[in-house]
Amino acid sequence: MPGYIIQRLLQAGLVMLAMSALVFAGVHAIGNPIDLLISPDATQDIRAAAIAHYGLDQPLWRQYLAFLGRLLSGDLGRSLVFNIPVTELVFSRMPATLELALSAVLIGAVIGVPLGMWAGYRPDSVVSRGIMAVSVLGFSVPTFWVGLILILTFAVNLGWLPAGSRGPTVEVFGIGWSFLTLEGLRFMLLPALNLSLFKLALMIRLARAGTREAMLSDTVKFARAAGLSEFTILRHHVLRLISIPLVTVFGLEFGSTLAFAVVTETIFSWPGVGKLIIDSITSLDRPVMVGYLVLVAFLFVTLNLVVDLSYALLDPRLRRGRHAA
Amino acid sequence: MRRFWDEYAENRVALFALVVVVMTIAAALLAPWIAPQDPFDLAALDLSDARRPPGTVGFSGMTHWLGTDAQGRDLLSAILFGLRISLEMGVAAGAVALAIGVTLGILAAHAGGWIENAVMRVIDLQLAFPPILLALVLVAILGQGKLPLIVALVTAQYAYFARTAYGAAAAERQKEYVEAARATPLSPARVVFGHILPNCLPPLMVVATVQVANAIALEATLSFLGLGLPPTEPSLGMLIANGFPYMMSGRSWISVYPGVALIILIVAINLVGDQLRDQFNPRLRR
Repeated sequence: MPGYIIQRLLQAGLVMLAMSALVFAGVHAIGNPIDLLISPDATQDIRAAAIAHYGLDQPLWRQYLAFLGRLLSGDLGRSLVFNIPVTELVFSRMPATLELALSAVLIGAVIGVPLGMWAGYRPDSVVSRGIMAVSVLGFSVPTFWVGLILILTFAVNLGWLPAGSRGPTVEVFGIGWSFLTLEGLRFMLLPALNLSLFKLALMIRLARAGTREAMLSDTVKFARAAGLSEFTILRHHVLRLISIPLVTVFGLEFGSTLAFAVVTETIFSWPGVGKLIIDSITSLDRPVMVGYLVLVAFLFVTLNLVVDLSYALLDPRLRRGRHAA
Repeated sequence: MRRFWDEYAENRVALFALVVVVMTIAAALLAPWIAPQDPFDLAALDLSDARRPPGTVGFSGMTHWLGTDAQGRDLLSAILFGLRISLEMGVAAGAVALAIGVTLGILAAHAGGWIENAVMRVIDLQLAFPPILLALVLVAILGQGKLPLIVALVTAQYAYFARTAYGAAAAERQKEYVEAARATPLSPARVVFGHILPNCLPPLMVVATVQVANAIALEATLSFLGLGLPPTEPSLGMLIANGFPYMMSGRSWISVYPGVALIILIVAINLVGDQLRDQFNPRLRR
């Protein structure tokens, strides 16, 4: 077991190293950063001093090592547009994205799992076919288009909900949150719904497949023989049987929800990290781009590591290594 | 082949989807001839015709069935040309991703040993990352334009082909005909591409259909975010983005109709892919 953990940690470290090299190369591939930092009519002396100051006269591998060193000490540089440290900027936008992503995943699970279970319980009924059609649409229709239709229907035509921005927030521990007030929730509903659609489709599929299998299991046969009501069987036995894969996907999908938030946040002008990265790409704010990418890569590697390790805890076969099974 | 087609035609929905796909492709290919107006010809545009609702007769005497956009462009013509660009990007990216992914996957399965481990490790890692994020990173690094966008789409998608090809080829390599082919003095390349590849084609065709739809959706998303093609190449995603600011003032048709075209195309391709998957799946065979 310790060997497996060390192997996985080393792998995660290697991936992070590769990602940082890629991001570093990317930043150097787009033009000379010094042109952005000092004015074009600066004298040769000032220019040389600035180049030396930022270490741009060093060989590339030295620069990369210096970049890695700063990265490890948590220094991602300063934003060229906002002129504050990138870490501060990204973390100030993080709560908005987090609450959006969390509510999207929750909506997806709370609505998707019962619908999927019903579709698996009565696979041939008309309602189930309708549910599956919703799931097919959720998979194939692009997120941004659903967002537009939501705005058009509920904000422009019906006028029930605001079309964008975050609205009022309540300060708790020095961070603004939307979900604590009714007004804040009104602003959050459409973007959260938009972001949750893909999760909803996924949860429906998983819950349906799981339920169809679980309904044939001995557990359900015995529970029926014992005279339990169908609802009790679904609620207590089937849900428990299908919950493990659902929880795994729930965890993994949380990461990809953060990535998909890029689209939703742009449409609804939601001031989270997703909107920040799009803005920084269009305004060529490189330190912010690098910072965001490194943080997201770190998040993904960590999430995958946690999932892998918890699998190893649950499944003894994996502990013996990849080829033993 | 004939039996395959009969079986396909049994599913009415899939048949209808196929007809829609074929008609959309035909409309996109024939756009320069069937479009009422050339949307790239600035002389044909009249700003006084801008933002006209669907069905208006413009000052030039032309009926704008789907209305006009902010530049007075006939929306139907813009959509037909947009379809052309969207399909072109989707098919180009899908084809390159197919070529790269299949080569990698089959070689990994054929070579075995550390090559197999290394290639599949990288591909599994990549599959854990959301494609939109990868595409975003690459567009940010490479800049805008057709080629950078294709590179981004291919990078975001080749891993799916590689995984499928690897799975199929790994199952094939155990079989006797591969052993027999290896025993003959044929070159390894001929065994891989002449004997193993043809037997991996069915699952690859399914993935290819779905991935073309995904590439079109991804391209539309990137273009909508302003990170896709330059304004000189208005794909469907960009048409939707152009209409977005006018949506709030009730002129929703500028965004809605290109979007409807996009959705019809993507859903139809996915339905065809679903039917192919069912037909190729040996477990569902009667």
